[in-house]
Amino acid sequence: MDQPLWVPIFQTLVVFVYFLLVTAVLIWAERRVVARMQHRVGPNRVGPFGALQTLVDGAKMFFKEDPTPGMVNNPVYTIAPLVGVIAGFLSIAVIPLGFDVTLFGETFPLVVADLNVGVLWILAMGSIHVYSVFLAGWSSNSPYPLLGGIRSSAQMVSYEIAQGLAVASVVVYAGSLRISDIIAGQQTSTLIEGMPGWYAIPLFPAFLVFVIGMVAEAGRPPFDLAEAEGELVGGFHTEYSGMRFGMFMLAEFMNVVTMSAIVVTLFLGGPNGPTFGLPDAIAWVLPILWFSLKMIGFIFFFILLRGALPRYRYDRLMSLGWKVLIPIALVWVLVTAGFVLLAEEGIATTVRLVLAGAAGLLVLALLVTAGPARLAGASDRPKRAPIPTPAPDRAPASRHVERDREEVAP
Amino acid sequence: MTAHDLVFVIVGLVTAVSAILVVTSRHLMHAALYLALTLTGIGGVFLVLGAGFIALVQVVVYVGAVAVLFLFGLMLTRAPIGREALDSQNRGLGLAVAGALFVLLAALIIPAFGGESTAEVTGPTIEAIGIAIFADWVLPFEVLSMLLLAALIGAILLARREAGESGTEAEVTRIEMGEALADEPDRHEAVGTSAPAGELGAGGGR
Amino acid sequence: MSPLGPLLLAALLFSIGVYGVIARRNAVLVLMSVELMLNAVNINLVAFQNLLFPAELAVSGQMFALFIIGVAAAEVGVGLAIVFNLFRNRATVNVDDVDLMRW
Repeated sequence: MDQPLWVPIFQTLVVFVYFLLVTAVLIWAERRVVARMQHRVGPNRVGPFGALQTLVDGAKMFFKEDPTPGMVNNPVYTIAPLVGVIAGFLSIAVIPLGFDVTLFGETFPLVVADLNVGVLWILAMGSIHVYSVFLAGWSSNSPYPLLGGIRSSAQMVSYEIAQGLAVASVVVYAGSLRISDIIAGQQTSTLIEGMPGWYAIPLFPAFLVFVIGMVAEAGRPPFDLAEAEGELVGGFHTEYSGMRFGMFMLAEFMNVVTMSAIVVTLFLGGPNGPTFGLPDAIAWVLPILWFSLKMIGFIFFFILLRGALPRYRYDRLMSLGWKVLIPIALVWVLVTAGFVLLAEEGIATTVRLVLAGAAGLLVLALLVTAGPARLAGASDRPKRAPIPTPAPDRAPASRHVERDREEVAP
Repeated sequence: MTAHDLVFVIVGLVTAVSAILVVTSRHLMHAALYLALTLTGIGGVFLVLGAGFIALVQVVVYVGAVAVLFLFGLMLTRAPIGREALDSQNRGLGLAVAGALFVLLAALIIPAFGGESTAEVTGPTIEAIGIAIFADWVLPFEVLSMLLLAALIGAILLARREAGESGTEAEVTRIEMGEALADEPDRHEAVGTSAPAGELGAGGGR
Repeated sequence: MSPLGPLLLAALLFSIGVYGVIARRNAVLVLMSVELMLNAVNINLVAFQNLLFPAELAVSGQMFALFIIGVAAAEVGVGLAIVFNLFRNRATVNVDDVDLMRW
């Protein structure tokens, strides 16, 4: 280590503060945008355009009484929200905000740790995040949280497979597990001269699978089955209140930001973008700007999804994941591998493109013909006997709900 | 003792203690959570040993999939808690066998490897691992993929409900179960409610 | 770094796994103990590879560890399916109670 000690500390601080700020803005922006979509005004009391609403809400959460229900399984109950926040924080550690920056005589990249297995790190943190939801649901010791926890952990585990396969085609195409290599590989296109080499273009099916998977992974509408308030009260966090509930909320919004950052990094070139021949002294700002713009685009996409789509039905969610997304992602790993292999055999790019295009059309045809029928799951659902009404004494133990999130602003 | 060794000792202690708790915990769910902690700790040991790739594969596969599978398994079989229910009569025997085994292994390991020491831990690079998988070990790799496929199909076939079969315990074969069933009068309460809801609701209660 | 530490840790984990397999009644807990034993072996393999034979080209130790992880995942999947089946048919997952060859 020839760097002074402040460099890694500074890197870490910049990245975390950046993502925390984006998260705070996201919470406000979501309420404003969704309000606009519903012909409301949204929060508009605190600060200009209500921009400080998040801060005030946070303070409220912090000072709120935080009762622990008597039957919960402490300490698991207390640890569960922390796991989610920590996993969210850790997964952004491998995402670079920009390229090398020179400050105070030191040159360093704007990333906490550029691991040589960075892609696996992202997947690993995603799988740890499952624990937060599962443990919260189980330790609450109450029927609705348990159902919510089971639902969403099954959902997350299933969509992780699809996402992992989508990432696998990126890794095959880039030929590296290191995030900075993946970004470098997207600088210029090898297929079309002068175009950005975003992997979203050659790996479009994988990109699509990843985007759908990330919405499910973040537990956002239309895949927010974990907290389907119409059926499960609040899902896994029904019993939580105060700051511990706040942590779940923070983890959810952090997840939106992280997922957007990851998809931008893996598929949309990360901080790549034109520099307009600016001098180096200023040019280092531009990559950060490009990264932020792309990420904000995805965050906006998340918000629009929430405002526009009704919630998915659970069995269809699972059918979508297992019967549509995983096969597409799997086929595309094979196509990508073939594409890369043929390149090494010296086959011309046009031939390879034609072959890959044919494979893409095949996938599309399969999707169009078989997709809707498989999604509906009409043929393979077992016939169930009518369900007798449950005994009245099995009513839910607690209905203590935190509904702050759904509060309608003036 | 270098900083490297110190990190190893800390990670190793966490791993060992949580492993002991896996086999002694009286609460099934806690045992599974300690297992997850142990597996994470073993991932940390791999990291200290310079095997970053294996460490993250360990976290993705073991912590992310296998341990979650165990948690699901515990919820769906809703086993009771308490030492009597979880442990067999063989505790003393187990302790003796395990203790003897450890002493034997330690007595073999310490003289054999006590003198060895490497100044610097350098594992193979990711490139070397990739080339090894797809060049030297490609046949075992393919066999492993077939094994996983077979396991997938087998697991689905074994755990699947036949069409028309309702909840889990509707048709329990009651042979030599007198005691076990009498212990838990509420076992059949959930029969008739929607199957997953009944099972899970009761499972988490314990 | 001496290989003594990892090897002793692996021996300890293996012994703990053996204890768990002998002393536990619950089939899921027995499976968990088996996982402990498999992981102990993995520590050994990785330690041998990286500390004693770091220059080996075929990376045998780490490859073995990877394959064990894969096989263990398959084993848990099938094992838990068997446990579910057992629970469905016999309302118990105690390994002591399933000592009948037929019923």
